[in-house]
Amino acid sequence: MPPAGPVFLARASYRQRRLRDGIRMMPMFGIVAWMVPLLSSGQALTGRIGLYIFGVWIVLIVLSALITSRMSRDADAPDGTALTDDSV
Amino acid sequence: MSVGINLIVVVSLVYVAFLFVIAFMAERSAARGENAWLQSPLIYTLSLSIYCTAWTFYGAVGYAARSGLEFVTIYLGPTLVLLGWWWILRRLVRIGRAQRITSIADLISSRFGKSTALGMIVTLMAVVAATPYIALQLQSVTLSFAVFAQQDNLTWATDDLNAAAIWVAVGLAIFTVIFGTRNLDANERHSGIVIAIAAEAIVKLFALVAVGAFVVWGLAGGPQATLDLIDASPISDWQQSGGRWATLIFLSAAAFICLPRMFQVLVVENTNERNLGVASWAFPLYLMAMSLFVLPIAVVGLNIMPANTNPDLFVLTIPLSQGQEGLAMLSFLGGFSSATSMVIVATIALATMVSNHIVAPIWLNARTEGASISGDVRKVIVLARRLSVAGILALGYLYFRLSGGGAALAAIGLVSFSGAVQVLPALIGGIFWRASTRIGAACGLMTGFAVWLWTLFLPSFGVDAALSSSVMMNGPFGIGWLRPQALFGIEGIDPLVHGLVWSILLNAAAFFVGSVLSFPTPLERLQGAQFVNVFEHSNNAQTWSGNAARAEDLLIMAQRIIGPNEAQQLFQTESTKQGKQGYLPDVTPDFVNGLEKELAGSVGAATAHAMIGQLTEGATVSVEDLIAVADEAAQIVEYSNQLEAKSAEQDRTARALREANKKLTALSVQKDAFLSQISHELRTPMTSIRSFSEILRDGGMADQSHARFAGIIHDEAVRLTRLLDDLLDLAVLENGQVTLHQQTGSLDDLIDRSIAASGVPTGTMQIIKTGGAAEISVTSDLDRLAQVFINLITNARKYCAAVRPTLTIAVEAKRHELTIDFIDNGDGIPADDHAVIFEKFARLTDEGKAGSAGLGLAICREIMERIGGTITYLPGQGGAAFRVTLPATAFDEIPQSSSLLAGQ
Repeated sequence: MPPAGPVFLARASYRQRRLRDGIRMMPMFGIVAWMVPLLSSGQALTGRIGLYIFGVWIVLIVLSALITSRMSRDADAPDGTALTDDSV
Repeated sequence: MSVGINLIVVVSLVYVAFLFVIAFMAERSAARGENAWLQSPLIYTLSLSIYCTAWTFYGAVGYAARSGLEFVTIYLGPTLVLLGWWWILRRLVRIGRAQRITSIADLISSRFGKSTALGMIVTLMAVVAATPYIALQLQSVTLSFAVFAQQDNLTWATDDLNAAAIWVAVGLAIFTVIFGTRNLDANERHSGIVIAIAAEAIVKLFALVAVGAFVVWGLAGGPQATLDLIDASPISDWQQSGGRWATLIFLSAAAFICLPRMFQVLVVENTNERNLGVASWAFPLYLMAMSLFVLPIAVVGLNIMPANTNPDLFVLTIPLSQGQEGLAMLSFLGGFSSATSMVIVATIALATMVSNHIVAPIWLNARTEGASISGDVRKVIVLARRLSVAGILALGYLYFRLSGGGAALAAIGLVSFSGAVQVLPALIGGIFWRASTRIGAACGLMTGFAVWLWTLFLPSFGVDAALSSSVMMNGPFGIGWLRPQALFGIEGIDPLVHGLVWSILLNAAAFFVGSVLSFPTPLERLQGAQFVNVFEHSNNAQTWSGNAARAEDLLIMAQRIIGPNEAQQLFQTESTKQGKQGYLPDVTPDFVNGLEKELAGSVGAATAHAMIGQLTEGATVSVEDLIAVADEAAQIVEYSNQLEAKSAEQDRTARALREANKKLTALSVQKDAFLSQISHELRTPMTSIRSFSEILRDGGMADQSHARFAGIIHDEAVRLTRLLDDLLDLAVLENGQVTLHQQTGSLDDLIDRSIAASGVPTGTMQIIKTGGAAEISVTSDLDRLAQVFINLITNARKYCAAVRPTLTIAVEAKRHELTIDFIDNGDGIPADDHAVIFEKFARLTDEGKAGSAGLGLAICREIMERIGGTITYLPGQGGAAFRVTLPATAFDEIPQSSSLLAGQ
């Protein structure tokens, strides 16, 4: 029986699969970063926290745009099987 | 002179007209197939912006003025969902495309064994949750009208507000009906609507950014000064409740997936999976831009506006108070866009759900004949959809009236979100957990919905409105642990957090326990595997086995749902693929599956499945089919695919050979029968001619008898001649020796002439002509064509056994051909005989009734072949039906002017 997915160290797709890992991590990163302000109780100012939240927002957008544009080449695979996400 | 209410009304009318025009143009270019730009990632991203409703356009500033930064959670949730598109959205879009999903109710229903009941539950929940939200949009538009009325020093009374609301609702209903329910699109995509909401997305972003820029640089004096203002304002302290912060982010994230209108733009209107990749960063950018200036506007508003001003309308009132009337008008259009785009898409999504999951199943059940009766389902569905649009908007308006507008309504936005997200456990469970079942989903949905009604929806009407204050304080019948805002006696939680956490937790628990304790039906297991492993096998699994349905029944049903032309085309294509002729392919499982998906695109999975189920008489999934989709059997599938590919070609050849052989055998039998019959035909008149001429020869009779016998001899001779003429005619046609006399004439005249010449006595058969025969001129051998028509009309008179025979002659000019259908209301021709009726030795009924030798249709076929057309039997029309087809070169539409002249 053939292996279910690509070999872990398959050269051609290794970087692509790591990019997908990056995309998967984006929401986790966002959740953690946007929960941080809750830790600072009492003293913080709305203005400062607002700047922090928008800063995180911009970082997330830029990262996501970078990763997605790198991935798009791979997403051109016609049948979509190249996007199988049972990762190794 | 300030910007008054009249100017605002004119501006909004012009704006709406502009939307009509671009929606119309988009539909036109989509119809022409020039839709590449309509399907671009940019349009897709902009269409997602219906998430930002009037509640967020106006209300976010009010929210910020009251609670500081908390407003931003409403945008953070969707941002996280889009950033994590690889997890959920990509899966949903793939499933939506593979299964032809039409709405979120369809997704749940389809996943859990195409269950009609689940579709109904989700639809009802969605309507209840969305109604207050639609009311909220109507309120925001009327309030903004009222602001401009004040500029004219008019103070609007409640009546004026109500009148404005009803006009807005009627206008929205018209727009939605025109562009949202024009036809039953196989994919439920609406290019006109999508382009209109994309345009509105730009308008509202531009408006909010313009007001924000004016406030920051025009009023506050730059970014640093704005920050100082924020630090000096009443909302400067960060006093955020952690529970609310996390809950609201979760709520808005879940709502972004579960709201019917978001599902519509995210999944149903998605034309290309890759658009999702671009939207994953572009839409968060849009959201960030929408929320960037909210806090500055709120703070500046609190600073410069009088204390009693409604902060919800700061976006409008700040520019007005500074004399910036152009900006105020832009801001008004932004709010107007936010409200209208949300209402339009929400109404379409809900109307699709109501018509597919409530009206269609009830209508099907109410007809005892089941799915195979006559009538057009399409008309019912489209009508139901239009009525639903009107009904949903009417509900929204009613809610607006009953709630009396005001602050009570403003609080309902989050409550409405909480109702919509009750679908989340079933949705997430359905696409990630194969073992989740229909029972579990129903338990979860109903539990969640009930808890939501009790803890959030009913209390939202205010104290003593829906629930009395004693129930709120002491619980129903004094049962303390059932208090709506302190379930199980746990007090002191924020009401929204309380209601949402309990409803989702109990919902998920009921879903899990119900799934674990019940057992999925075969269809659920199959659909479960299809949904959960959508990336492993996007190919279609077989759901139907057996050959119980007859192709003709399926054709009749398909014609009523996707339209006669499309259905005939579909069946003919399949037939050709199988190596057969005509409109009726073999009913293979593949074909039935394909047909079901096609129908599901119009009426939803559950209804399509039920309709096909009625015809295939319960032949459902076989064990082999289940094995074929299971992961463990992937290699079996692979192997059998290869075998199948090899044998498909052989199959086709064998089927063609079998058909030919069957035809030959049937013909040989018929030929023998015909020979004995033709001898009989020739002998009968010969015998009487011989005997009567003998009598005449012997002589010795009265003159009267003499004349009578001579008459009989003459009649029989005429009959003989006619028979021989027919045979000769056929021989000439078959040998291609015939010369054609090309003429041009009106099709209508030709048909009338044929009816007159066929000698149908008045009163015996009713003949109805439909279609535009009068506007078509035909260039062909008109005498020969008339001969075909006469033959078909005479046949209908002879063989139509109905009590009140009716013949319908339907003319339709298509792009490449002209079809003329002759349809009677008799018993039709059995499917087994379709193959032989055009053969010259064929005759179906006994000879005594017909009085001819059965050459008519054979002659017709030869004539049509000579003049470049065809004649075919058209099954599934209720009686015998023949279709005469002429090529595009043989007909022309008569220009309007010349037909007028001809009329004079």
